[in-house]
Amino acid sequence: MNVVERRLRDAPGRLLIPYVMAGVVPDWLDLVRGAAEAGADAIEIGLPFSDPMLDGPTVQRAAALSAGRGGRPRALLDELAGLDVDVPLVVMTYANVAMTLTPERGVGGFLDHLASVGVRGVIVPDLPLEESAEYRARAAEVGVAAVLLAAPSCDDDRCREIARASAGFVYCMSSMRITGERADLATTARETARRVKGMTGLPVVTGFGISTVEHAVEACADADGVVIGSVLMRMLVDGAPVADVVAEVAEFRRALSSVGG
Amino acid sequence: MGVPDAAGRFGRFGGRYLPEALMPAAKAVEAEFREAWADAAFTAEYRRLLATYVGRPTPLTECSRLSEAVGVRVLLKREDLAHTGSHKINNVLGQALLARRMGKRKLIAETGAGQHGVATATAAALLGLDCTVYMGHTDVRRQAVNVFRMELLGAEVVPVTSANGVGTLKEATNGALRAWVNETEDAHYCVGSTMGPHPYPWMVREFQRVIGDEARAQCAELLPTALPDVVVACVGGGSNAAGTFAGFVDTPVRLVGVEAAGGSAVGKGKLGVLHGFMSHFLQDDDSQVLEAESISAGLDYPGVGPEHVHLAESGRAHYTSVTDEQALRALKLVTRTEGILPALESAHALAWVVDAAATGELAAGSTVLVTLSGRGDKDIQQIKEHLG
Ligand SMILES: Cc1ncc(COP(=O)(O)O)c(C=O)c1O
Repeated sequence: MNVVERRLRDAPGRLLIPYVMAGVVPDWLDLVRGAAEAGADAIEIGLPFSDPMLDGPTVQRAAALSAGRGGRPRALLDELAGLDVDVPLVVMTYANVAMTLTPERGVGGFLDHLASVGVRGVIVPDLPLEESAEYRARAAEVGVAAVLLAAPSCDDDRCREIARASAGFVYCMSSMRITGERADLATTARETARRVKGMTGLPVVTGFGISTVEHAVEACADADGVVIGSVLMRMLVDGAPVADVVAEVAEFRRALSSVGG
Repeated sequence: MGVPDAAGRFGRFGGRYLPEALMPAAKAVEAEFREAWADAAFTAEYRRLLATYVGRPTPLTECSRLSEAVGVRVLLKREDLAHTGSHKINNVLGQALLARRMGKRKLIAETGAGQHGVATATAAALLGLDCTVYMGHTDVRRQAVNVFRMELLGAEVVPVTSANGVGTLKEATNGALRAWVNETEDAHYCVGSTMGPHPYPWMVREFQRVIGDEARAQCAELLPTALPDVVVACVGGGSNAAGTFAGFVDTPVRLVGVEAAGGSAVGKGKLGVLHGFMSHFLQDDDSQVLEAESISAGLDYPGVGPEHVHLAESGRAHYTSVTDEQALRALKLVTRTEGILPALESAHALAWVVDAAATGELAAGSTVLVTLSGRGDKDIQQIKEHLG
């Protein structure tokens, strides 16, 4: 069993996975540390890409801020190397970055690099089942959990295949929407998590559009946990200090502690 | 130019690099297209629209004054005479019929200069479908007339602003893909060129192969040898070139694709993945895709259709590029000698012919078929700024 899965299984309550765009602010590593101390069970680290197909305006702005400050995927990963946080880091980026980070070495080189800086999991949303066989095999070899996404549009057979092929956890898209804050939790969020829960022993985590503690609690009625991204990145993009964002993570932690079962 | 493999690949290129959320929709498009393309009733309806609505077959024009000026025999395949002024309509009508067959009530599309957007808005009006066109915010400003034209046709034009992009075709495509996630139930994504996830590069080529098939038959009638020596087309995403080449790929004819110097993905791109497919893309050493830079908005794309990279790698077709200045010079020459104002995109193909004839790369007296992919009326303002 890989580290991500073990840590998430061992966690006592509902899982909280904050998303941080690498390099979004100069002290982004303090946010990673702070979020870990505030009770995150894993931390998703975004790597900036010029064309983030699944991201809404907030994460796009976070990526642009990072890139504008000189943030480059390889150098940002190297900044993670010395970080001593006690929760697994899961990198999220797009296929082009995964394929070209180490030219000539393809996804294998990318995964080696992740492993070498201590990253334990990886999410590449535009590598669906059919395009990810080699990537998943190489990830397993180097001990990095290749987390796959399931979406409300996937039928049961597809969800089952995704759950079988995923490692670490299964990441459920809450709705047929790109990332971004929303007023309500889509009805598809609980449906999708419930469907996938019935198919796998892996932890099932819901993300995309989890904008409030209420959404998080509601989603966790079916899911084992949530990813929160845009809500945190919006604070940073609007100039809030890292300490405020850490406090927000702590809010979510407190709220989720009340969810039983 | 056969059918891609089961994974949607031409050699190493192509595939379907989509989030799971979009996989069911892309697979549904593939299944429907396979079925429709083998269905005589569907293809008959498509042919009927091409004949009675688009005005096909488009003529093959012998250019005597131009030929005299450059020293090779030039034949133009006149896609500028197709309804809406470019080859884009061939693809759009096929996809609009497919959308109707799938029970979709809406088309979404990306556009650069607006030609594909106008064609999509046109097909939507014809078939009574809703239409939303995504367009980079820079292009919305540069192509105000085409924006109005789309709106007049009943389409909604959504400017795509991005935090880091300059707001051209690449950004428009990001916007359309994001919208598709949201609207897979109701909308068909009508991709405008031989790009995007499988089955689009293949399907769009099949809808454009009418250019090459017609030209092949027209050459057989006109030329004692039945075939030209060289076939040339401009390459943005690669749809007019792919459609043209499809008619000649099984012959010894030399195939030449002409990219814009600032958007030369076959020539200068590196292997990567964008917008759902693997191909060559202009990108920096940090995996970030760059913006193309060309006077021609239709060639302003940092990637190229996967089949073209495969044809280049296999050696069956050759790819080259010309500068803005070369294209403008050729545009002026063709306008003055033939009374035909080509689109800036098409002027790239013509520019290669003019210059290759001058350097001897094209043997004197050889016969060259050039696809004139569109008319230049849309570019008048820009041409005036450069030549006026
Ligand atoms: C007239 C014309 N020619 C060519 C192109 C380039 O597209 P493709 O390479 O798909 O033919 C465009 C695109 O907008 C166009 O409008």
